[in-house]
Amino acid sequence: MYETSDIKKGLKITMDGAPFVVVEFQFVKPGKGQAFTRTKLKNMITGAVLDKTFKSGEKLEKADLESREMQFLYRDGPMFVFMDNQNYEQIQLSEDDIGDNKFYLLDGMTVDILMYGEKPIDVTPPTFVELAITETEPGFKGDTSGNTTKPAIVETGLKVNVPLFVTMEDVLKIDTRTGEYVERVKK
Amino acid sequence: MTSPVGRTGSASERRQMLQRRGMVLRAIRQFFDERGFVEVDTPLLVTSPGIEEHIEAFSISSKTRRRYLITSPEFQMKRLLAQGLDKIYQLSHCFRADESGVHHEPEFTMLEWYRTHQTHEMLMRDTEELVSDLAAKTKQWRSVVHSNLRGCEVNPPWVRETVDKAFVRHANVSSHELVRDEDFFRTYVEKVEPRLGEHKATFVTDWPARMASLAQINPKNPEVALRFEGYVAGIELCNGFTELTDAAEQRLRFKATNSKRKARGAPAYPLDEIFLNSLATMPPSAGNALGVDRLMMLLMGKQCIQDVMPFSNDTL
Repeated sequence: MYETSDIKKGLKITMDGAPFVVVEFQFVKPGKGQAFTRTKLKNMITGAVLDKTFKSGEKLEKADLESREMQFLYRDGPMFVFMDNQNYEQIQLSEDDIGDNKFYLLDGMTVDILMYGEKPIDVTPPTFVELAITETEPGFKGDTSGNTTKPAIVETGLKVNVPLFVTMEDVLKIDTRTGEYVERVKK
Repeated sequence: MTSPVGRTGSASERRQMLQRRGMVLRAIRQFFDERGFVEVDTPLLVTSPGIEEHIEAFSISSKTRRRYLITSPEFQMKRLLAQGLDKIYQLSHCFRADESGVHHEPEFTMLEWYRTHQTHEMLMRDTEELVSDLAAKTKQWRSVVHSNLRGCEVNPPWVRETVDKAFVRHANVSSHELVRDEDFFRTYVEKVEPRLGEHKATFVTDWPARMASLAQINPKNPEVALRFEGYVAGIELCNGFTELTDAAEQRLRFKATNSKRKARGAPAYPLDEIFLNSLATMPPSAGNALGVDRLMMLLMGKQCIQDVMPFSNDTL
């Protein structure tokens, strides 16, 4: 259990059977009145944000969250199938659960799956992934400054802005936190 | 809602902040000195820290006795009124346990002042003059609109609105319907307080009699106390009232407050008998207590009071 004095950004709690993360908080107390902590909580499954005011001294239930290392096996329509590297148990996450992280998953890749009890709720891909280009305008060999960019699409469908010198033969290093191009990878 | 920001600022910004803090403290003293007030400095270490249902004190024990750090200099300043001083002010550190946030610190600076033979009406006028005077003297510190503090106009006269009207306007409910304190204060902090003094500084008046504390009950309306709070940009700056001078009534209120404290597992605090006795000779008076760090924060355009203090508690 947490106390209201433990509340800070990033604290993960369980409320009404769902995991929430604190995204904003403020201690409020009218001079002669009761103390409260006002919060904005994000539902870690639906992403919905709600306002919740806790009275000082109220207890908050810790969210039963655990990160497990798993391998991404394959995509089956709207479902993504993963396997726990420890016990070979398979779990599934929907496209909705995964969100934009679907653009960083390659078959066989090792990722972290966030479990809420026995329920998988989120996936964290490696910070950097290497993805091959499937679509872009021809490169300009002469331009190596990298200051001007052009659109490109990589094998997972992610659209990314790349320098003009990038060609169809290139593999790109992408930062999964921002979705941005980092550099070309020598192959 | 603003979560605490990192107590940021370069060394030169911190130096400038401390210079400005010093200037505001001097300007406050000048304001009261020019009006014939006597500056006093009463003890911080006392036998009773103030008896409020929702204010927690620090207690300090030696081998032979227990003392408390003041939560406000109220008892001692009123004893000086009983001894014959008629206009006094004090800039004092006060201590309140379990209060920590962007507008709260366990140790903070309070400006408290009293006038005998006056009511809280006069104290409201003092407050508007003081805050607008300080805002004018520091206008070059704020870039956008000089006479405003965080979008709130502070020139006199400030808006005067009853607690009940504020509840109806901002929360669509009469304060009389919120008979449980928890419901009253939950609605207050969620819906009412953030809107008070949004555009124009505001005094919220006519607090429910059960929250009278050390204020006199309105003789014309026993449901409310002669008490006000001043708000700028949703931030509570001060709390003042026409003082209760009836020792028997004050004793009953302290005892009732202590019972409520004990009922929820909080310590009861000793009754200050010397203070209670002094009420017999205290003239009719009015007083106000203003959070200096919050005012400094608004004057300097900062987001949290820790950014206008030499040291905050988490940096000790």
